[in-house]
Amino acid sequence: MMYLRLLFISCLVLLPAPSLAADDGYGYPIPGSYEATILGTPASLMPEFPADMRTRQLVLDVIPDRKRPKIFFYDEGLRCTFAHQEQKAPLVFLIAGAGSSDRAPKLLSMMKALYQAGFHVIALPSPSNANFIISASQSSIPGDLAEDAADLYRVMETAWKQVEGDIEVSSFHLCGISLGASQAAFVAKLDEERRVFTFRKVLMINPPVSLYSSATRIEELLKQIPGGPRKQGIFFNRMLARFSQFYRYGNFVAINDDFLYAIYTERLFSKEETAGLIGLTYRISLAGMIFSSDVMTNSGYVVPKNRVLRTTDSLFDYFLVSTHLSFFDYVNEYFYPYFQQRRPGLTKQALIDSQSLRSIEAYLKSSAKFGVMTNENDFILTRAELDYLRQLFGERAKIYPRGGHLGNLEYKDNLAYMVDFFKQ
Amino acid sequence: MTVTRCRTGLTIFAMMLSLSIAGCAATMVDTQVSDPWEGFNRSMYRFNFYFDKYLFLPVVSGYEFITPTFFQERISSFYNNLGEVRNLTNSLFQLKGKEFVATLGRFVTNSTLGLGGLFDPASRFGLERHDEDFGKTLGYWGAGSGPYLVLPIFGPSSLRDAGGLAVDTGISYGIYTAIDPFGNTGDGFAIDAGVVTLEAIDARHQQSFRYYESGYPFEYYIVRFFYHNKRELESGKPPPAE
Repeated sequence: MMYLRLLFISCLVLLPAPSLAADDGYGYPIPGSYEATILGTPASLMPEFPADMRTRQLVLDVIPDRKRPKIFFYDEGLRCTFAHQEQKAPLVFLIAGAGSSDRAPKLLSMMKALYQAGFHVIALPSPSNANFIISASQSSIPGDLAEDAADLYRVMETAWKQVEGDIEVSSFHLCGISLGASQAAFVAKLDEERRVFTFRKVLMINPPVSLYSSATRIEELLKQIPGGPRKQGIFFNRMLARFSQFYRYGNFVAINDDFLYAIYTERLFSKEETAGLIGLTYRISLAGMIFSSDVMTNSGYVVPKNRVLRTTDSLFDYFLVSTHLSFFDYVNEYFYPYFQQRRPGLTKQALIDSQSLRSIEAYLKSSAKFGVMTNENDFILTRAELDYLRQLFGERAKIYPRGGHLGNLEYKDNLAYMVDFFKQ
Repeated sequence: MTVTRCRTGLTIFAMMLSLSIAGCAATMVDTQVSDPWEGFNRSMYRFNFYFDKYLFLPVVSGYEFITPTFFQERISSFYNNLGEVRNLTNSLFQLKGKEFVATLGRFVTNSTLGLGGLFDPASRFGLERHDEDFGKTLGYWGAGSGPYLVLPIFGPSSLRDAGGLAVDTGISYGIYTAIDPFGNTGDGFAIDAGVVTLEAIDARHQQSFRYYESGYPFEYYIVRFFYHNKRELESGKPPPAE
């Protein structure tokens, strides 16, 4: 769920912060769950980051002799970002949120905060990101926590092999956000058997408890728009028209911070519309995942079987079709049939149940290395799921009063908590 | 003078894509952007990717490596100040009086107090930059954008904006040859070539957009959407005064 910042909104929005804060000792200013999710953290409330960071891009050949269709000619390996200290230090692996790359802005902020505190960091793209599907996923079919964790583990080993000659590492840590948080739990579990890293601490930030349940809740956001998901095109056009009008009549110099701030303060979009826009960006992100997977596996789901796409071919029809597929379409028509074929007798319910933290709860409960950070009003969780996290992790769960889904992640207190977690 | 133009045009995509907004563009693009030359455009998009990869970006990294940040900023500031000439002519063409005065104020302030444009004191005095170009001028007077066009090296554009780019380049070239600042040095041509090359490098240095960096398989459409709509928005005629 990192694809949440829309056309008109960026993290650069400068809010007159403290005026909005409720009186509960927590300074993150945006009360609404959807608004927080889209707006993120105002720049003035982020910590000061180092001006310079010693980083380098890793392009990993995770699966040797990988065959890539022509249309993905630009993909030459899995791209990860590596920040390194000169002295011996602990190393943290970061796993991006659904659909995101290693360069997602929130991941970058986490990286800077950790780097500043003296950690080496390797940021990894999400297994649902196209680059990962093309270059690092064994099956190229994302969404199964156990398989995605195995892919991620292979990526981490490859990355570590590439850098171990250059740095000294004292211990390994793991951190994931959103979907990446659930994956982190499964990676940690796998690590208990493989013991390549023996992670010392694992932090899960805004995790879904059950992928199916959270995806359902995000899909429901689109139902709030007039006419439902099928009318998303019309809905978007209306939002764009309003956006344009606002710009045109407002005497703005450019689409810049002032303009974006005005959109927020003038309440240009209602709560339902904001929710609808989140749902829409999610769909667009999902479209990239489904299309990449379909092309890689030649399944004939979106692109006709055995059609070879050339680099000059229009993809527009596929784009349209893919953006109108829901998460349920993906599960029912693509994901479940694939697993059913491989594991005869597997029921859909069993597959759905395995995509949940509950399936490894005994491990999560018993291991002291875990911590959870989430928000009271994160819309991907039901009340019951939030209580479940509280009960499962007890003292190890840090739950903030607001922030939506990842909206407060870059807030200075949150980043400080994260850094502190790995320091203890 | 010309390459700086793509900076403006691309800034928003850079912002959007780097924010990994796969864009809310999806389903509406069809009704908005005419793209009959998609095959050609996609070829150019790919050409630009390779051009960046094998020539442009390595040169830019080399430049960033050997030039101290302070000088990089001065160079950017210098070329941005020269770009004010384009903003000035086009605010004139659009009869935007206030904007013309503000831009003129910026240019004079930065050329003098700003030591020939090396610094930007005008912004500190509250004189905001208004980016204009001939494509926007045409749009302002009612010309449609025409089909979407991806230009080699310059990147996303449209038929109208490509024409505008040619006009802006012509005007800059005319002014430059009329002044001919290095005409009597004996090495005029070599110096001119150096000035233009450095300008191109600085423009790419200021532009953080990277082709295919998002990894999103429909990036082409997202870029097209943002380019088109940003241009439409910014070239629109202001509403009549109430």
